[in-house]
Amino acid sequence: MSEIRSMLEDTVSKVLKDLCTKELIIAAEKGEFPAMLWKTLEELGLTSVGISEERGGSGGDLGDFMTLVKTAGYYAAPVPLAENILSKIALEKSGLPISDQISTFSFENEIEFDKADSGWVLSGKAKYVPWARNARTITVLGKTFENKRMIANVSLENCEARHHENLAGDPRDEVLLNQVRLNDHEVKAIDNGMISEFINLAALTRVMLMAGALERTLELSVTYTKERTQFGRPIGKFQAVQQNLAVLAGETTASLAVADFIISNIDSTISAEEAAMAKIQLGDAAEAGSRIAHQVHGAMGFTDEHPLHQSTRRLWSWRDEFGSESMLARQLGERVLQQSQDLWGFITKIPGIKAKNI
Amino acid sequence: MKELTLPNIELPEEAEYLRKEIREFLNKASIQGSFEPKCDTWLGGYSAEFSRKIGQQGWLGMTWPKKYGGHERSALERFVVTEELLAAGAPVAAHWFGDRQTGPLLLRYGTEEQKQRFLPLLAKGEIYFAIGLSEPNSGSDLASVSTRAKKSGNKWIVNGSKIWTSGAHHAHYMITLVRTAPLGDKKHEGLSQILLDLSAPGITIRPIHLMTGEHHFNEVIMEDVEVSEDMIIGEEGEGWKQSLAELAYERSGPERFMSTYPLLEELVRRLSDSDSDYAKIAVGRLVARLWTLRKMSLGVAGLLEQGKSPEIAAALVKDLGTEYENEIIKVARLLIPSNPSVTAESRFDALLAQAILHAPGFTLRGGTTEILRGIIARGLGVR
Repeated sequence: MSEIRSMLEDTVSKVLKDLCTKELIIAAEKGEFPAMLWKTLEELGLTSVGISEERGGSGGDLGDFMTLVKTAGYYAAPVPLAENILSKIALEKSGLPISDQISTFSFENEIEFDKADSGWVLSGKAKYVPWARNARTITVLGKTFENKRMIANVSLENCEARHHENLAGDPRDEVLLNQVRLNDHEVKAIDNGMISEFINLAALTRVMLMAGALERTLELSVTYTKERTQFGRPIGKFQAVQQNLAVLAGETTASLAVADFIISNIDSTISAEEAAMAKIQLGDAAEAGSRIAHQVHGAMGFTDEHPLHQSTRRLWSWRDEFGSESMLARQLGERVLQQSQDLWGFITKIPGIKAKNI
Repeated sequence: MKELTLPNIELPEEAEYLRKEIREFLNKASIQGSFEPKCDTWLGGYSAEFSRKIGQQGWLGMTWPKKYGGHERSALERFVVTEELLAAGAPVAAHWFGDRQTGPLLLRYGTEEQKQRFLPLLAKGEIYFAIGLSEPNSGSDLASVSTRAKKSGNKWIVNGSKIWTSGAHHAHYMITLVRTAPLGDKKHEGLSQILLDLSAPGITIRPIHLMTGEHHFNEVIMEDVEVSEDMIIGEEGEGWKQSLAELAYERSGPERFMSTYPLLEELVRRLSDSDSDYAKIAVGRLVARLWTLRKMSLGVAGLLEQGKSPEIAAALVKDLGTEYENEIIKVARLLIPSNPSVTAESRFDALLAQAILHAPGFTLRGGTTEILRGIIARGLGVR
């Protein structure tokens, strides 16, 4: 890891360790936006890592952005860090203006873009939008009457937002765009390649969040099984518990290796298939990992009092965002079966020269 | 948790260049009919002829110094050769243990004379090694071995027996874990590794047939076997520590998740026209997991290249990897109706049969899943 990236990781860890407490997360889940935490992150330039300095960001590359998100996942930070940066990366890449206000996005909902005499009129419904109630703008994708793909950034003051939450109590609101009028320079055409790139990037933020959360889940589990005593000894001394912890450690290590691969390669190339494989691994690990973590924590981890659920409820939400394991595996499997004569070439990324008589 | 961090390893250009070479070689060998792709060939695929050919290509002893017949290539280049051989289902059992374990062991602990005598022949694929660890009364509790080596003049006199010794009936030598000092309070102490010539008087090799009737395992009985004193490896009494150092090599390689890869490849080929979502999802998941395991295994290879001995990470790879080898079987048999049989004409049915009948061994050999998870738990600090 580069020195700058490791400094970035230290900085964000320190801030979140100090400020992102169990109590802050509880308050956030009850609807109180952690404004102090956000302001601190903003002042340190952490809310715009990955956006160029010319466009008002803090600079840094996508690997830095991913590192930051992984750390946010570790601390279960209830702030739209990934969303704000994703929205602004999309705006920067498509040449739209970027504001310094909190922004969120909806890449999967289809918004109607209608050309008016002057400017555009946008209509539609964006579901499951992270932190729409706290953001000032939302980056939306959609298409025109002629099926041309478009992107725009819309002020949320002009939209109605209905409050909803994910399993962790983080805002996932419904945003209604009711004939929102925009000027020509606020709307751009966009190609399908770029749209897929944005969705993959969004999926990869969930990979990073889950990797961080799994690491935390493992640490909590190890600590608890060392401290909790039953039958006269710490429960971690029992083989049955050790076997469970080892499986959790295996899934966590696998997931961290995948996350590290993403961080190292995202600035050169991560294919759609690699993004899918990463998310399948993390989704599976989230399932097995959270189940084991709760099992070894006993009833304590199932209560409001213990912080374990702040990580596990997020794992259960993030695994479904931007493609569940089965949705991604179906697309991946289809692709693999299309190249069924050269599975090994697909795995090694070097096309094979298999004997044709096989 | 540092033990759980694996570096991200990208294969260098030389390694990918080498991949093309080995694929051409394997492609030719396969067309010429010198082997039929099979599952679990690193246990069951014995071919001295094939091992010698691999040796002639310079693909054995790859990382060892040239002065011992090695090729001074990187662990990552060796990784590529290993995974290509396994992906092709090539018969690699003869040289497998010597190339994987004995070579690195001798390089690290062997005497100059031992290195000069054995390494060049290993690298040519001309001598084969077995690993003598388990005994009738020492399985997972390996440190309780009771095979004794007693000093008599300038010789060791060895008595005892080893079991589950893969390939001992083909091998020339066996690296044998023996007790060179009486069993005291600490059973890990007083153990040594001895290089035993399997043709020496006093050695009886008896087959232990697998449930399929195949002969890979053996019992090696040693009765007053005389071994020259210079055939001890490393320090007398340090056998346990030296054996542990081998484990990272033994547990993290691609053979720990690729034993049933030929079945996966055939499954994908058979499903090429499938429009079943269920099949696509199942295949997609298997491929994603293979991709993940390969990254982990490469990470361990990277640590080994840096001179580290990542015992816990290696245990993790073996645990997840051998579960995966079983998962391929489970998915394959539920996706394609078949009547698995080792004599089947259908390649799928034959591979499935080989895989099913070898599968119980995957999570036993080289440390059972239960033992591995115990090691991982110790690494986590709970044990």
